[in-house]
Amino acid sequence: MTLLAVENVDARHGLLQAVRGVTLELAEGETLALVGANGAGKTTLLRTIAGAHRPASGRIVFDGRDVTSAPAHKRVRAGITLVPEGRRLFTNLTVEENLGLAARAGRPGQWTVDAVLETFPMLEPLRRRRAGRLSGGEQQATAIGRALMTNPRVLLLDEVSLGLAPVAVEGVYASLRALIERGTTILLVEQDLSRALSVADRVACMLEGRIVLEGPAGEMTREQVVDAYFGLRRARRNGGGSA
Amino acid sequence: MAWLNQVVQGVLLGGYFAILASGLALLFGVMRVINLAHGDLAVLGAFLVLVMTDHGVDAFVSLAVVLPVMGLVGVLLHRLILERSLKSGVLTPLLSTFGLAIVIENLLFEKFGADQRTINIGSLAYDSWTITSQIIVGKLYVLIFVVAVAVLGLLQLFLSKTSLGRAMRATAEDPDTVELVGVNSRAVYALATALALALAALAGAFLGMRQTFDPYSGNTQLIFAFEAVVIGGGTLWGTLVGGIVLGVAQTVSYQMVAEGWIKDVWGGAGAGHIVFLVVLAARLVIGAVQERGGLRTVLGRA
Repeated sequence: MTLLAVENVDARHGLLQAVRGVTLELAEGETLALVGANGAGKTTLLRTIAGAHRPASGRIVFDGRDVTSAPAHKRVRAGITLVPEGRRLFTNLTVEENLGLAARAGRPGQWTVDAVLETFPMLEPLRRRRAGRLSGGEQQATAIGRALMTNPRVLLLDEVSLGLAPVAVEGVYASLRALIERGTTILLVEQDLSRALSVADRVACMLEGRIVLEGPAGEMTREQVVDAYFGLRRARRNGGGSA
Repeated sequence: MAWLNQVVQGVLLGGYFAILASGLALLFGVMRVINLAHGDLAVLGAFLVLVMTDHGVDAFVSLAVVLPVMGLVGVLLHRLILERSLKSGVLTPLLSTFGLAIVIENLLFEKFGADQRTINIGSLAYDSWTITSQIIVGKLYVLIFVVAVAVLGLLQLFLSKTSLGRAMRATAEDPDTVELVGVNSRAVYALATALALALAALAGAFLGMRQTFDPYSGNTQLIFAFEAVVIGGGTLWGTLVGGIVLGVAQTVSYQMVAEGWIKDVWGGAGAGHIVFLVVLAARLVIGAVQERGGLRTVLGRA
């Protein structure tokens, strides 16, 4: 059953058109990885779905309801939550306050402060520490935990491994797998192709604002994705070799 | 003893400045808006209390009506002026609140004329406690100081212990991201403006109880509030420190004028302005030094 549908969405930053006519569907319980080079429009697409960015045209339908004009906080209450790029924690608030803030505003459900601390045991001793004084991995865990506290039906994750030490990335992905096993619907932006392919059911590749390749992760070869990632196939088709 | 007396009076006066400054600091802290109409909104609050006391309502009882009414005015101020101005950059709210200040002053002048007014609170206006023969404190001034400490304490509790207060702190830090965790940042801004205006009205009521005021009294109050915020560094309890420093500077300078040590400039409040300018200059210099990599680097370079 389709939980989230993005229909022909255009999104701009001033004159720059970041997302061009993107159409996507996400089924309940599915994990979709969105890959693509820097500037391909992945972050803008996620922010548009979350309501942090207004689309220039197109529709976003969540659970059968058109949420295109709903502000971000209403979408959180409906069940769409974004873990933004760069974590964006409230640095003056403690870990526990960051989590509690989301609990107050979000949907009721299984996620509580204790459940989050169980999923991210490294946060347990840090619960009273200010978020600004955490390491990158701890901050990322807090950011994901904060998003979970809203009990999302679909979780949007924007480059959760960016800027983290390899061991911290492992930790984040281990907890992501745990979330996927619990049946959480996830839309994930990831630069690391092998990670994206290993964790996702489906992969979509964006290039210059468009989705140029989409399919089940198991049926896709690394070469296919790399071609789409850099736009090589299109360049070849156009007869050029300079791309 | 006369000097000690002036210091005591200055500290008590600082309580009034703290209430006046807290609303200004709150709006700046949460929304990054410097509300140039703050002083005039305080005077508007004083006139609302005055109207109610003219109809026989006790001044303190009238606050139960005036503070919520000014809170509603705050919600309107946010919706109609601040929210729209904020969309076009940080300087626009400065201009629009400056315009609002002029509008309020002239509307008050239209309605009430240029007469000097005072809010009638009976004998509380001059009742006092005698500490020693030299130090006599007015009961009203002590009350204002106690209210100031209570108001700041309640604000502190609200911001640190309630989920709404935490949402306000988070919104102050990152208004886009609070939306992503489900907080309605618009509603938080509206609440912050409502609180700021209720605090302004409370300060205005105390202004009207302790001295005379007219439709154009707001500008001076805005300057005092601004000075207290800057001296105190912009934090919640900093407004009390700033208010006390400003108050003591003013009362001590009155004493210096009385002793004939200095000439009366700016109606005796001169020392307060000078302290403000010195602190402001010090902050600017310290800020510039830190930006260039600390004192040692700067001196080493010179």
